[in-house]
Amino acid sequence: MSDNNIICRCSDLTKEDIRRLIEEGYTTFDEIKRVSRAGMGPCQGRTCMPLILREISIITGKPISEIMPGTYRPPVKAITLGQIAEACTEGGNEHD
Amino acid sequence: MIKSADVVIIGGGISGVAIAYNLAKKGVRNVAVIEKGYLASGSTGRCGAGIRQQWGTEMNCRIAKFACELFENANEELEYEGDIEFKQGGYLMISSTEKEHEQFKKNVELQNSLGIPSRLLSLEEAKEIVPFLNTDGLVSATFCQKDGHLNPFHTTDAFARAAERLGVKIYKFTEVTSIITENNRIKGVRTTKGDISTNVIVNAAGGYSQQIGKMVGIDLPIYSERHQILVTEAIDQVLEPMVMSFSLNLYCQQVPHGGLLMGRGDEGEPRDLRITSGWHFLEEMTKTITNVLPPLKNARMIRQWAGLYNITPDRQPILGPVDEVEGFYLAVGFSGHGFMFGPATGVLIAECILGEDTTLPIDMLHLNRFKKGELIFEPSVV
Repeated sequence: MSDNNIICRCSDLTKEDIRRLIEEGYTTFDEIKRVSRAGMGPCQGRTCMPLILREISIITGKPISEIMPGTYRPPVKAITLGQIAEACTEGGNEHD
Repeated sequence: MIKSADVVIIGGGISGVAIAYNLAKKGVRNVAVIEKGYLASGSTGRCGAGIRQQWGTEMNCRIAKFACELFENANEELEYEGDIEFKQGGYLMISSTEKEHEQFKKNVELQNSLGIPSRLLSLEEAKEIVPFLNTDGLVSATFCQKDGHLNPFHTTDAFARAAERLGVKIYKFTEVTSIITENNRIKGVRTTKGDISTNVIVNAAGGYSQQIGKMVGIDLPIYSERHQILVTEAIDQVLEPMVMSFSLNLYCQQVPHGGLLMGRGDEGEPRDLRITSGWHFLEEMTKTITNVLPPLKNARMIRQWAGLYNITPDRQPILGPVDEVEGFYLAVGFSGHGFMFGPATGVLIAECILGEDTTLPIDMLHLNRFKKGELIFEPSVV
């Protein structure tokens, strides 16, 4: 994989970008996310998180199982604010 | 880990790194910052990323104004390679009751007397700033162009890197387990990575400030409470200022990246340390925001999260030394506005530790105000 391959499609970050951040000392997914916006776009890290964890593992020498993944946050899929408000108003207690 | 330090700061949020930077800038370079996660992993990195000077007490106004002036020059002063993303698109505060309108009038008068360029607006004038604002049920608004937004991660990063260049040691993923005192004097700190002997400790632990206080036997009159936020995917710029309402309980701002970030408080929150995401928030947030800013109903939410407000009885921070333990300093209880006060906190606490005259009279924010009953309640908090 070449260094200018895109790792985070939502925030347009290449492998080179990610490797530079790891080398600068951001060695957890959460830190890389916060400093670069990787994983903050519409896909919420579903594409980039495994790739970034692998890069951290390669550079730090730690197995992936020992590297803290990012937190998965709601919602699972993007949803409009109007859809939520409407479901709450009309749908009664559907979520109970 | 270093064996001894002139000052140990507990907490690697904006307050902690800003205090460290200011100490180092004044020549106190043997400083350690202890952070249990990564930098800005607590309230700083979870906040609404807004900064405002439109407050209801003189002290909060003065600290906010001082902080804003420091933010304006922060990229240059800190020689930051990135960008703290300071955008001064203003805060549009909207009132929905007569009582709130009366409070706004008082607030603007106070703010103007302190040199803050806020003004009272009619609803027509408010609509000139945000054309799609639904003014049904609203009474008036206030606006201050100098308020705005910053990126909390980059701002913290900028202070941390500048501090490290001056010799400050920052220990991430390191937790303070106890504080050593002798005859009511600070002697050192124990952490999961080793001990550091020191005569000065600063409690800048944000949502966890009470736990740190208890380590030296001080029961801080503070509680922590979850506040939630959601963000939409990035869209074209449609909303210039932060829109905020105390009575409707909401704030919403479009960050430079394009996402619309919004939050509110919840009266029913338990006073504990939980930072999980809840459904009830989504329900109330979406109903309120689609009423006040109707076109936002088409914006797609992609993420929600939560952080802790560290709340004092008068909604003003506690800054300075304590009477009970020599060498123990507090930068706590920011009640939801620790990030926006951060650079000012850094200067004021550094001055206080060095025994200098402080730029602002922070003795008014001493812990003993609660004993004396000298509280001035901040009315303007979401």
